[in-house]
Amino acid sequence: MGYVAVKGGTQSILEAARLLRYFRLKGDAPPLEVRQIQEQMRLAVDKVMSEGSLYAPFYAALALKQAEGDTIEASFILRAYRSTRPRNYISVPADTRQMKIIRRISAAFKDIPGGQFLGPSRDYTQRLLDFNLAEEETEQVLKFCREYLKELEVLEEAPSFPKVVDLLRAEGLLAKEEEIRPQPPDITREALSFPASRTAALQAMARGETGGLLALAYSSMKGYGDIHPTIGELRVGYLPLNIFDAKGQKVYVGQVLVTEAEVIARPEAAKPEAAKRGNKPQFTLGYGLCFGHNELKAISMAVLDRAMQTKRPKLPAEDQEFVLSIVDGIESSGFAAHYKLPHYITFQSDLDRLRFIRRLGEERENGD
Amino acid sequence: MAIKDLIPQKQAGYNFAFLDEHTKREVRRKILKAVAIPGYQVPFASRELPIARGWGTGGLQITLSLVGPDDVLKVIDQGCDDSVNAVSLRQLVAMTTGIKTTFETGRATVIQTRHRIPEEPLTEKQILVLQVPYPDSLRLIEPSEQKTRQMHAEQDYSRMWVYLYEDIVNWGEITIGARYPVLVHGRYIMDPSPIPRWDVPKLNMAQNLYLFGAGREKRIYAVGPYTQVVPLEFSDRPFQVEDFSGKTCFYCGSKDSFLDEIFNSKTGQKIYACSDTAFCAQRLKIQSAVREEKIVGPGKK
Amino acid sequence: MVPEKNNLLLEVKELVKVYGSQCSYCLKLTGAQAERQLCPECGSVVACNRISLKLHAGEILGVVGESGSGKSTLVRCLYFDEEATGGEAYLACYGEGKINILQENAQRKRYLCNYLLGIVYQNPQLGLNFNFSCGGNIAEKLLAAGVRSVDQVRQSAARLLVKTEVPVERMDELPGNFSGGMQQRVQIAKALAHNPPLLLLDEITTGLDVSVQARVLDLIRQLQHQMGIAMLVISHDLGVIRLLTDRTLVMKNGQVVESGLTDQILEDPQHPYTQLLVNSLL
Repeated sequence: MGYVAVKGGTQSILEAARLLRYFRLKGDAPPLEVRQIQEQMRLAVDKVMSEGSLYAPFYAALALKQAEGDTIEASFILRAYRSTRPRNYISVPADTRQMKIIRRISAAFKDIPGGQFLGPSRDYTQRLLDFNLAEEETEQVLKFCREYLKELEVLEEAPSFPKVVDLLRAEGLLAKEEEIRPQPPDITREALSFPASRTAALQAMARGETGGLLALAYSSMKGYGDIHPTIGELRVGYLPLNIFDAKGQKVYVGQVLVTEAEVIARPEAAKPEAAKRGNKPQFTLGYGLCFGHNELKAISMAVLDRAMQTKRPKLPAEDQEFVLSIVDGIESSGFAAHYKLPHYITFQSDLDRLRFIRRLGEERENGD
Repeated sequence: MAIKDLIPQKQAGYNFAFLDEHTKREVRRKILKAVAIPGYQVPFASRELPIARGWGTGGLQITLSLVGPDDVLKVIDQGCDDSVNAVSLRQLVAMTTGIKTTFETGRATVIQTRHRIPEEPLTEKQILVLQVPYPDSLRLIEPSEQKTRQMHAEQDYSRMWVYLYEDIVNWGEITIGARYPVLVHGRYIMDPSPIPRWDVPKLNMAQNLYLFGAGREKRIYAVGPYTQVVPLEFSDRPFQVEDFSGKTCFYCGSKDSFLDEIFNSKTGQKIYACSDTAFCAQRLKIQSAVREEKIVGPGKK
Repeated sequence: MVPEKNNLLLEVKELVKVYGSQCSYCLKLTGAQAERQLCPECGSVVACNRISLKLHAGEILGVVGESGSGKSTLVRCLYFDEEATGGEAYLACYGEGKINILQENAQRKRYLCNYLLGIVYQNPQLGLNFNFSCGGNIAEKLLAAGVRSVDQVRQSAARLLVKTEVPVERMDELPGNFSGGMQQRVQIAKALAHNPPLLLLDEITTGLDVSVQARVLDLIRQLQHQMGIAMLVISHDLGVIRLLTDRTLVMKNGQVVESGLTDQILEDPQHPYTQLLVNSLL
C-alpha cells in the first residue's frame, strides 16, 4: 500500500529512471551523437534554444538527446540549466540591419532593394516522403557537400540589405522606430505585471512555445481579429553581438542565428485629436524575433505583437494578459503535467462536499 | 532501509541550495515584504528550476532561499514523506545543500508541504512552506490578474461573497472542497493553497510562520505567527471541515486526524488511514511502547 | 417638495471631464456659447465643462439635455465609473461633507459606492451581473455593505423584489431570463439594497416600451415617497423630468444653461435651448 514511511516512493522513482534509460537505448542502433543532432536536427535545436531562452546549440542538442526528441522537455532542461548560469554582461543593443542574411523575403513588394533571397527553404518543395533519405550513405553525403561548395560563388563583399520597413518609414507610411532604451526591463528578473510594456511582451513571446504562439496568432489570422497582416520582411541570419568590457570598450563576442519578422498591418482607427494635429493614417507594425531559424514562431509573434496593440481588446489574441500568461511552454507543460501528481487530499475534500450536498438534497426531498 | 541511504550525496558544481546568493537574497526580501503584509501576494522573479513548473517550484525557491547548513528539512506531499514528488524535492535540496532531513515533524526546522498542514501543532521555531498552484482565491470569479489586483487593493470582495451565496442557493451549502478562501488579518482574502478545510483552522493564531510560494504564477505570500485567519463564512452557514465522524485510522486508530479513503488493492475493501504519515507513525510508536511497558510491567526493566 | 437650505446632501463644484490630451483652451473654446464640445485647438472632447449643482436630502433633481450633452458622463463621474478631470464633489454624509469625493483613493471610492451611493443604468447589462441570479445581484450590494447572514440576505432581497414588483419566486433565476422592464426593476432593487441616501438614475426608461416606462416611473415615485431617497435623474425626455423631479438643470454642450423649479422651467423657459426643448414637448 506504500503507506508506512520509506517504502514505495523512493525506490519506484529510481526504478522508473532506470527503465526510462532502457527505453531510450533499447534496440541495436548505436547511440546518437550529440553532434549529429546539432547539425542534422537543426530546426529542433533552434526551437529548443528559443523556447529554453538560452543560445547554446550543443547543450540544446544534448537536451534533445536526453529528452528523446521531445522539444518541450528539452527546452525545460535547458531553462533549468540557464538558471544556474551567472549573468555577467548585457549585450549592446543589436541592430538587425547588421545581420548576415541567409534568407530574406518580403511579401509586400515584388522586388526590394537588395533583392529577395530564398535561402535554405522548403517552402516551395513538394512534401513527398523522400525514400532516398532512408538509405543515405556517408560517402554520398560528403560528395554532395563537396560539389555543392565548389559551385558556390563567393562574393567579395557581403551585400547589404536595407530594411523594407525603412522604405515605408521614409514615405511616412509607417510610424517611426521606437527609441532604444539602454536598460530594458528583464522579465526573468522582475515578474511580468499587467499591462506589460511592449518590450516585456516581446521578451515573453520570444521565450514562448512555438505551438502556443502559432495557435493564438492563427486565431487572429482566421478571423478572431482584424489586423490583416502582410509580411513586410522576414529575415533569417547571423546577428553580431557586442558587449562593453570593464574598460567600457565595445567588444565583439560572437553571433547568434535569429529569425526576424516584421508584419505590416492596417492602421489603428485614428483619434480625432490625432487628425487635428495633421497626423495622417499610417500602417502599423508587428514585430517578432527569436533565436534560431524558426519562421512560424517569428511570424506568429509579430502577428500577436500587432494584435495586442489593439486599443480596445475584445478577442483572445488581442488581450495582452491572456496571451502572455499562457504562451510559456515551460509553465504550461509543467502545469498540465502536474495533474499527474497525487491529488488525494483535494479529491477527498471534494468527495466530502459532494456527499454532503447529496445528503442535503435527500433530506430536502424527504422533508417535502 | 534507513532514510539516509535514500538521500543522495551532496553534488559538487552547484552553489549551496542551487540558487545563486543574489537570487536567494532577492527571494528573502520578497518573503520579508510578504510577512509584513499578511495575505498580500508579492510578485517575485521566479527562477526556472530542474523541477517542472506546477510541481512545487514556488515552495522550493522559498525553501532553498531560507535553509542554512544547520537546518533540518522535512518535505511532505499529501501529508506523506514518501510520496513521489516529496521524494524528488527532498533529494534536490539534499543534493545541493547536504543538510539533514527528517520525517519527524517535531524535529524539522523547515517543512515544505503540498496540500497538507501537519496534524502536530508547529512551534515558533518552525516554518511551514506551502506549495501553491493558484495564489489568488479571486481567480474563482475573475480570470484577469490585472483586475484581481485592483479588487484586492480596493478590498472589493463582494463578488467573492456572491459566489459563496450562489453556491448555497444552488446546492444548499458551499461546495468548495480544498483551497477554501480565508480572510487574513481582516484585510486580504487569501488562497491557503489546496489544503483541506480540515487544515484551515490551523492557520489561525498559529505559533509558526506560514510561507506560500507559487513558482509558475510568480507570487509569494505569508501568514506570520499569531495572525488572525478566518474562513469566509456566513453567520447562519458556519464553515465546516471534512466529516470523518465514525471513522478511524486503520493503522493507529486515530479519530481526530484527516483520513485518506483507500481501496485495498487486493480485497477492494474501503479503509481509512491518517493522511499525515508522520503523525500516524508517532502514534504507532507510542502505542507499541505502551504495549511493551504493559508486558514488561512498569519499573521491572 | 421645497428643500430646506440646511439639509444639503450633495454639492458638485465645477466638475470637468475631458477626453483626450486637453490643452489650456479646452474649457474656454467649448460649451453652450461656443456650441461645441470638441476643442478646436487640441481635438479633445469636453464632456462636462465646469458643472455645479446642489442636491438636498430627499429631493429629486433632474438633469435634461440632448444626448451627448454630458449628463451621463456627469453621473458616471459621480459614481466613479469615469474619473473626473477636475472639480469637486461633497457628500454631507461622508467625512462631514468636507472631503472632495472625486479625489478619494480607489478603496474609499469603493466604500462610497458600497455604502452611500446607488445607481441605475439605462442598460441593465451595466448594472447587473448576468452570471449571478437576480437574488445574487441584490445580495452583492448587501454583502458589500457587510451583511453576513444568508437568511437575512434572502429576506432583504425578497422584500426589495416585492417593493419593485418582481415576482419573488423568480429570485433565483438569471436576469437574462427576464424582460427589459423586469431587468430594470431588478436593477432598481439592487441599487436600493443597501439603502443609500443618494440614488443616481441614468436614462432608466429609455429603450423601454411606453407602457413599461410608465410603470417604472410610477415605481420610482412610489419608492421616493416611501423611502425619501434623494435622486439625481438624468433624462433626455422632458416628460420623465416633469413626472419625477422637483428641480431641473438643463444641459447643453457640457454646460448647465438653465436651472430652477421644474414647473417654472416648463412654463417659462428662459434659455433658447430650453425653449426649444419645451416646445418640442408640447
